[in-house]
Amino acid sequence: MSAVLAAHPAAAAAASVPLAAGKGVNGVELAVVVFFFLVVSAGGFLAARWRRPENPNSLDEWGLGGRGFGTLVTWFLLGGDLYTAYTFVAVPAAMFATGAVTGFFAVPYTIIVYPIIFVFMPRLWSVARRHGYVTPADFVRGRYDSRALALAVAVTGILATMPYIALQLVGIQAVLDTIGLGGSGNTLAADLPLFIAFAVLAAYTYSSGLRAPALIAFVKDTLIYLVIVVAIIYIGVKIGFGDMFDAAEKKMATKTKAGTPTGTFIPGGSTYWAYSSLALGSALALFMYPHSITASLSAKNRNTIRRNAAILPLYSLMLALLALVGYAAIANKTTVFGRDGYANPQLAVPHFFQDVFPSWFAGVAFAAIAIGALVPAAIMSIAAANLFTRNIYREFIKPDATPRQEAQVSKITSLVVKFGALFFVLTLERQNAINLQLLGGVWILQTFLAIVAGLFTRWFHRWALLAGWAVGMVYGTVVAYRQTVPNTKTKLVNGAPVIENHGTRHFGSSLAYFPFTDTKVYVALTAFLLNVLVAVILTSVLRALKVADGTDATSPQDYYSDAGEPGVLEEMPFEGVAAAGGPPDQSSGPARPR
Amino acid sequence: MSQPELPAHRQLPRSAVVSVFVLLGIPILAILIVPIYASDGPRVGGWPFFYWYQMVWVLVSGVFTAAAFQVVRRARARDER
Repeated sequence: MSAVLAAHPAAAAAASVPLAAGKGVNGVELAVVVFFFLVVSAGGFLAARWRRPENPNSLDEWGLGGRGFGTLVTWFLLGGDLYTAYTFVAVPAAMFATGAVTGFFAVPYTIIVYPIIFVFMPRLWSVARRHGYVTPADFVRGRYDSRALALAVAVTGILATMPYIALQLVGIQAVLDTIGLGGSGNTLAADLPLFIAFAVLAAYTYSSGLRAPALIAFVKDTLIYLVIVVAIIYIGVKIGFGDMFDAAEKKMATKTKAGTPTGTFIPGGSTYWAYSSLALGSALALFMYPHSITASLSAKNRNTIRRNAAILPLYSLMLALLALVGYAAIANKTTVFGRDGYANPQLAVPHFFQDVFPSWFAGVAFAAIAIGALVPAAIMSIAAANLFTRNIYREFIKPDATPRQEAQVSKITSLVVKFGALFFVLTLERQNAINLQLLGGVWILQTFLAIVAGLFTRWFHRWALLAGWAVGMVYGTVVAYRQTVPNTKTKLVNGAPVIENHGTRHFGSSLAYFPFTDTKVYVALTAFLLNVLVAVILTSVLRALKVADGTDATSPQDYYSDAGEPGVLEEMPFEGVAAAGGPPDQSSGPARPR
Repeated sequence: MSQPELPAHRQLPRSAVVSVFVLLGIPILAILIVPIYASDGPRVGGWPFFYWYQMVWVLVSGVFTAAAFQVVRRARARDER
């Protein structure tokens, strides 16, 4: 989820009751987590045999699971993909630190995203199925006949996805830190568990492709639902919802040293726009992320996507309840000092679970979070690898690549992507990953016009779209960079919190003043409006000048085609005997665009 | 390469399109117009209005989307008859 963590200063995490940092390893929790990790790892490797295709060596099979997932699998896959471990850690962390505007906006965000995708995603699914598009950049290439625009979309997707993968690792780190592993002295030994987890993940993603996260998502979500139901019952019985909200209200109203309130309990007049623009901007951006599109394109027909738009809000309900765990941590006076001695609001949820649950059940909760990181990390690395393979490797390096070569390049790229993210997290400060994730949300929204407008109209000119994208990227990056906040850290010294000042830091907020007003809105949305404005004006100019705008490889009917129609393969090979008589070459995927 | 012809362009009937956009638009507006629900009261079971209003819309939005799905399905079924 984009922008979630952006706005809360670390200082706000200073909790009232100090806690000794650096306890030993909790063996029971660790054992439970290791047990579930072994279960899903076995599942991940076995997934290669699940609905095994005759010819697994193509991007349609490895990278899209054969484009044959039904409603239930798609629901788990998209749920596992969109509601990531980082979300589970960061949304409550933001609630814990600064309240509703930075945290709870994730709820309206995930309410409005589904009506939006209901409108456009079936069209993208149809045109992708008809032309064999694997990535959104494939579609842009075919629609606008522009390698430059497709490259822009592909590179933006890869750039936005990389830090997102890194943040999944940050989610796992929060859990490991709570169990008693990792922490002070960022040595390789301390991070060994993380390294092992990722190496195993990389291995089964390599062998099983998208089928691995699809299978593991079942385990992840079952655990998450279980944990959240128990947590909510606990909160209702032991803390009481009224008391929980009152405790949160009190903390948010407390003045910081700077004289401003700690956070927002209920948005006031000055933050209405912040709240709604964060929700709208994030909702528009979410399904531009390559991993969301990958999971959507793996559905077996149009109705699978529409049905999922109606049932995915169940995950939002879970997200909302989990967000409130951040408030429960406030009421419970949970402290968030990590093993390195510094306060870190991302520890709010794991510490709360550790405080209130017996060790074995806290272990279940931690396993849910850790597995919750592996599912999206796998899908994201597959999606980024598909982009590289289709829109950089095949487009610019080896135009005559066979499906087998494409699958091989993608597999290797997915390894590179994952270990790149791991290296990033282990060597750089966590704040860098968070900053880049904020930027990723700003960037990815700039591809919306090229992709979504293109599904409905060919009016926009390819060069106008490229210019709009460039303006949005630059504007969004510069404005986000300029949001400086005091860089304070809270360290536990002899049992008492001490605030350290480290000057200021950039990328301090995802909110910035809307030009010529004193109203703060989500940077990505302002950049997007500018992007649209530039694209509209330049399209008018270029059309008036009759500048060539390329050949459209798609036809109007392509946007309505469904599985089972002529020219649209209905049954993917693994679906059973139905396809056994089909031409073997076709089984590697639908017609490829040339 | 030549691909088989698809059935002719099938735009949904206007009435169906209008219904779908109304059904999908209501939850979006109900959520994006923050002043509607940015208040503490009335509380229900300790939950401030701001929080339970959004929880309710999480579920109701799914019902609206499902209704839109039914509208699309019926319109398509009529098409094919």
